[in-house]
Amino acid sequence: MSNDKKFTELSRRGFIKSSIAAASAAAVPTVFVSNANAYVNAPKGKTVTLGFNVPQTGAYADEGADELRAYKLAVKHLNGEGDGGLMNTMKPMALKGNGILGKKVTYATGDTQTKSDAARASAKRMIEKDGAVMITGGSSSGVAIAVQSLCQEAGVIFMAGLTHSNDTTGKDKRRHGFRHFFNTDMSGSALGPVLESEFGKERTAYHLTADYTWGWSQEGSIKDTTEKLGWKTKAAVRTPLGAGDFSQYITPVLNSGADVLVLNHYGKDMVNSLTQAVQFGLRDKNVNGNDFQIVVPLFSRLMAQGAGKNIQGIYGTTNWNWSLKDAGSQAFVKSFGAEYGFPPSQAAHTCYVQTLLYANACELAGTFDPCGVITALEGFKFDGMGNGATEYRAEDHQCFKDVLVVQGNDKPSSQFDLLKVVKEVPRKQVEYPASKLGGELGSCNNA
Amino acid sequence: MEAVLLQVLNGLDKGGAYALIALGLTLVFGTLGVVNFAHGALFMLGAFVAVSVQKILTISSKVRDESVTFFEAYKETPYLEIWWGDTGRAIIDYSVPISLLIAIPIMLLIGLLMERGLIKYFYKREHADQILVTFGLAIVIQEIIKANFGANPIPQAAPEIVAGSADIGSLFGFEGIVYPWWRMMYLLFSLSIIGGVFAFLHFTTFGMVVRAGMHDRETVGLLGINIQRRFTIVFGIAAVVAGLAGVMYTPILPPDYHMGMDFLVLSFVVVVVGGMGSLGGAVAAGFLLGILQSFSSMTEVKAVIPGIDQIIIYLIAVVILLFRPRGLLGKD
Repeated sequence: MSNDKKFTELSRRGFIKSSIAAASAAAVPTVFVSNANAYVNAPKGKTVTLGFNVPQTGAYADEGADELRAYKLAVKHLNGEGDGGLMNTMKPMALKGNGILGKKVTYATGDTQTKSDAARASAKRMIEKDGAVMITGGSSSGVAIAVQSLCQEAGVIFMAGLTHSNDTTGKDKRRHGFRHFFNTDMSGSALGPVLESEFGKERTAYHLTADYTWGWSQEGSIKDTTEKLGWKTKAAVRTPLGAGDFSQYITPVLNSGADVLVLNHYGKDMVNSLTQAVQFGLRDKNVNGNDFQIVVPLFSRLMAQGAGKNIQGIYGTTNWNWSLKDAGSQAFVKSFGAEYGFPPSQAAHTCYVQTLLYANACELAGTFDPCGVITALEGFKFDGMGNGATEYRAEDHQCFKDVLVVQGNDKPSSQFDLLKVVKEVPRKQVEYPASKLGGELGSCNNA
Repeated sequence: MEAVLLQVLNGLDKGGAYALIALGLTLVFGTLGVVNFAHGALFMLGAFVAVSVQKILTISSKVRDESVTFFEAYKETPYLEIWWGDTGRAIIDYSVPISLLIAIPIMLLIGLLMERGLIKYFYKREHADQILVTFGLAIVIQEIIKANFGANPIPQAAPEIVAGSADIGSLFGFEGIVYPWWRMMYLLFSLSIIGGVFAFLHFTTFGMVVRAGMHDRETVGLLGINIQRRFTIVFGIAAVVAGLAGVMYTPILPPDYHMGMDFLVLSFVVVVVGGMGSLGGAVAAGFLLGILQSFSSMTEVKAVIPGIDQIIIYLIAVVILLFRPRGLLGKD
């Protein structure tokens, strides 16, 4: 009897142990099980799948929709359809218009919801279920950093979309992640001389900052730049993301003695804080003998629409604008405009360029193996993509190129003419040593 | 001192918005016994009535910008401006006040349709069911608005005459206290609407019957009064109040599809703190929490307790509910 009981207990325990072991084994994603002889999601048939991870819901859904349009256009061009877009101007270029390495490009899409956990889940799904060999997209630095880290672990390439925080290619950089978009350090370096020439050296700034990685990064970069100019910083106040009503943060600015308000906000927060700052009469004030000024270091044309007339005359920076006249920008605007009937945003531009750069790197490497692709992208110098001569710096996977200083257009000639390019700041003025922002790339996951 | 006064003003106008939404919420709960999570969507729908009116008033003649060759870009001039010059410009300038008038019948209709078409089927269901179905309805309304108007905020301007700020400090002998005219109007508007609703409930026969119904529905029914029809009208009135609050808020916060949900959560806290079903409690809690939220955002306060501005409302709610489980003015 006792033996029977013992047997039963052992069997039950054994069964439970076995079940747990089996469940654990089943739960381990296949992509995280390394295989020394192959790489993750090596294309086997006649197609290769790319994963477009963009915000399809939430506050940045319009920006995400524009990113997705750009990706679809890029796929079309890669497969030899349409007018070819930037494939006509990119130099050097190894793409042939027959897909990538002869394989037709297909894609899967995911919704980041502009939430790190949702973005990681959708990227994971595209890697594991859809067989995506590369993940790209996003409209937030928090999301970019989270997805970049996942791609490093999974052993696939991540071509970042719109992400502006220094950390993406600074302290959180990864060997598998690449960023074409500029960063807050570059915004500061580009904006500084313009702020000096327009507003002088004796200014006192008050920062309102979105309380997350991008906001902190931008506040730091702009403070560095303006303090080097001789400006004082009165205060830097962190505001919760999506605060809606910023009046309680704006009223202290009124009598603070500051004569410049720097809004380290993006998207809806920028629209709301700027609208409310103007309502409180900040732009009508004269402080310390100076006309009060507002600066929005990162501009987006899509978001500028939400701010209406309040954006007019305000300085900021942008990665790219549809009004540029170089051959690459014109080719992209023509292609995108013909397809969709309106101009592309900077988010659409960077996503389109990233897709072509990835495909080109695969052609150069002769493989989809991420380690080969990484080698091809590191230090890759190119031109004709709308930002002048550009380089993917090997040390941090950050693209270095000209940066645009823009101003809200006070005499728009059309509904799209919201930003006026004030200055194209050359690459050498915004360059910094790779060691400045810290971080370690790590090694290629498949090496 | 100036900073304190400014934060009081901030709190009052923010509190006005909370109080208006909470008033409707608690009115519906007090009469119909329904926890309506779609009430924030009514606030948002009101705001989008203003957006729609502005779009209609600014239907424009389009002159193609010939310098743009790859897509069609236009310089737009509203027809009202072309036809009537300054008068046309003035009509467009007053699109938000005009929207207030238009929103009243629209929101009343939406409220009645919502109550007759969906809410009435959930009167006798548990609160959890009511929350689920009204939350689902709110999401559906949100998505419809997003599909038609996009996800980005759409700016609405206050009339030029009240677009700037008033130097109200000079009235009290202080320097540097300026406050936007529109926000002061919003505060007055909130107080007027709240006063109007209270007057309606206390000084009209209709209101008296509704209050009697809130107190003892069955007895009022036994007197031969169709209390249900009156409650349906109350739901419509609550929808109008939320909608008008939304219209008036558009120059302060450019509306987007999610604005209702942003306000709803805080307004529910306001209702709970005020006491479920208590109209006076909702108003008092709305203003109280609005002011406390403003004060907690002051740099001096945040230096002592970092992050307090993000949790203050919930913290106060916990403290009040610990000592008064039925809220400030809730009855046992």
